[in-house]
Amino acid sequence: MPMALGSEPITTSDTSPGRGSESIKGRSLGQIAWSRLRRDKAAVGGGVVVILLILVAIFAPLIVALLGHPPEEFHQELLDRTRGGIPTGTFGGMSRDFLFGLEPVSGRDLFSRVVYGARVSLLIAFLATLLSVVIGTVLGVIAGYFGGWVDSVIGRLIDLVLAFPLLLFAIVLVGVIPQSAFGLTGNGLRIAILVFIIGFFNWGYIARIIRGQALSLREREFIDAARSLGARGPYIIFREMLPNLAAPILVYSTLLIPTNILFEAGLSFLGVGIQPPTPSWGQTLATAVRFYNLPHYIFWPGMAIFITVLAFNLFGDGLRDALDPKTK
Amino acid sequence: MVVVSMITFAIFFLVPRLAGQTPELMAARYVGPRARSDQYHEVAERLGFFDPIHVQYWHWLKAIFVGMEFNYGNGVEHCPAPCFGYSYLRSTPVWPDLLERVPVTASLAIGAAVIWVLFGVSTGVISALRRGSIFDRVSMGTALAGVSLPIFFTGLMTLVIFSYGHPFRITAPGSSYTPFTENPAEWAYDLILPWITLAFLFAAAYARLTRAGMLETMHEDFIRTARAKGLAERAVVLKHGLRAALTPIVTIFGLDLGLLLGGAVLTESTFSLPGLGKYAVDAVMRQDFPQVMGVTMFATFFIVVANLVVDILYAVVDPRVRVG
Repeated sequence: MPMALGSEPITTSDTSPGRGSESIKGRSLGQIAWSRLRRDKAAVGGGVVVILLILVAIFAPLIVALLGHPPEEFHQELLDRTRGGIPTGTFGGMSRDFLFGLEPVSGRDLFSRVVYGARVSLLIAFLATLLSVVIGTVLGVIAGYFGGWVDSVIGRLIDLVLAFPLLLFAIVLVGVIPQSAFGLTGNGLRIAILVFIIGFFNWGYIARIIRGQALSLREREFIDAARSLGARGPYIIFREMLPNLAAPILVYSTLLIPTNILFEAGLSFLGVGIQPPTPSWGQTLATAVRFYNLPHYIFWPGMAIFITVLAFNLFGDGLRDALDPKTK
Repeated sequence: MVVVSMITFAIFFLVPRLAGQTPELMAARYVGPRARSDQYHEVAERLGFFDPIHVQYWHWLKAIFVGMEFNYGNGVEHCPAPCFGYSYLRSTPVWPDLLERVPVTASLAIGAAVIWVLFGVSTGVISALRRGSIFDRVSMGTALAGVSLPIFFTGLMTLVIFSYGHPFRITAPGSSYTPFTENPAEWAYDLILPWITLAFLFAAAYARLTRAGMLETMHEDFIRTARAKGLAERAVVLKHGLRAALTPIVTIFGLDLGLLLGGAVLTESTFSLPGLGKYAVDAVMRQDFPQVMGVTMFATFFIVVANLVVDILYAVVDPRVRVG
């Protein structure tokens, strides 16, 4: 994944005008960034964990088949009926068979719940980020390129979105989801709506950054050159400006993913996100609250969120440092 | 202020629509499930649920400013000035409920804010001044971990460690809330874990921001000028460096505080504190629309006020901005 991410700016910067001086030196912006990124141990570590997590999410059924038990399978025989369904054995029944132990009362394999939870979290976070980035970039570029009243209208809109009681509004909206709509039912619909809500309210920050970058790009010589050659608005925006905005878009979408993961986990924790039996980290934590005397139940899903978010943050920070020549 | 009315309208317009509620269904919530369907219809008509959307909006807005008379069929009830309607399920007015919960959220938010500003900003400044030192690395590592930790996880972990585990027991399990006026010591005792949890997250973010801001400003020309005119290093850092680096922090602080005053949703839910955020979540769970709309409006109000205060504070903090 970082190979693809790191090499993307190479192709874009090679085709974009205004980078001529760098190609003489034989090193494009992308190559410089890639070599910087490789030297940053924290970023590489974060990137490796991110790839592993994506693989875990994709191959969840395989991993669970090898190392665990299906997430919907109940192992009542391993629970202590006399003590209210608490798993027998130490640390909540953690063993080679049940790596993270068992869920109390239901007796499901916590390991496979956490592994499958990665699917929901990453899927929602990626799709929501994609939506935010598309909205943010389009509005940001339009505002930055056209300026004037277009800019002030979009600027107001950005302020509005940034100043919104986001979480409050999200729980209100998610809380009133009907059982079925748009031909989708149950958790399929919930995932779609979560993606929509998270994505739709999180584009403010990225739009502001893209707007600022587009404003300064507009004044550059190569844009003037394109305009004097007769290029029109859409051509300039898509062929001249967007390739030069690839770096900030990449950096801020990487940094938006962890925010969105936390957001989904928070909503599921509050009980308005993904509904059981589909596993989700936040939802597992919410059920774990009632079993505070079984720390393993809180620990594993919590650590899963923490590690995922930390890995994305490390990788995103490293990417920003590598792509932004002003830092370091 | 344009923003306020826009948000108000958006919320009013969106919430019942997206809920897929028909006027009859909404009326059913007031009357109870056992009534006949023509009774639903009658109640819905009396409460104005069939009116076009802008008429309903106007009624709702008017009720907030001048109050409203509700006709439930058995006598008329008066709902005084800031009227957000009556709860569907408990049929109590929303406004006193909201007011009752403000002190809880305010104690939580303000207490945590004091902690996080003190810790976050000072850590950021020291890290920036001793860049690359062990202190810098350790605190920035902790800060990065801090911004990556979900608040409900840190909250639960502190609960497990400090309140259920016997050796370090700090507060009683299942935090309660004691009003400050009743017993200040008890008040602080009950809130210490939520404060630390909330402050940790924000302190981490503020430390990162302050460090970045300080690193940038300490290279500015005016810092060199200040040094050149022989000011003590302490004065250079605090009066010139920090003051300029503080501007973005003040903006974010104002917005964060406004957001938190409108309900620290996750923290309050984790520690079961009876604040505005918990109220909002409970209201959503019960699908109690007047409550939901009331609390959302209330939270929005705090955010707008926070925006205004931030703009005013700008002029105070940053010598480059002057009110014209």
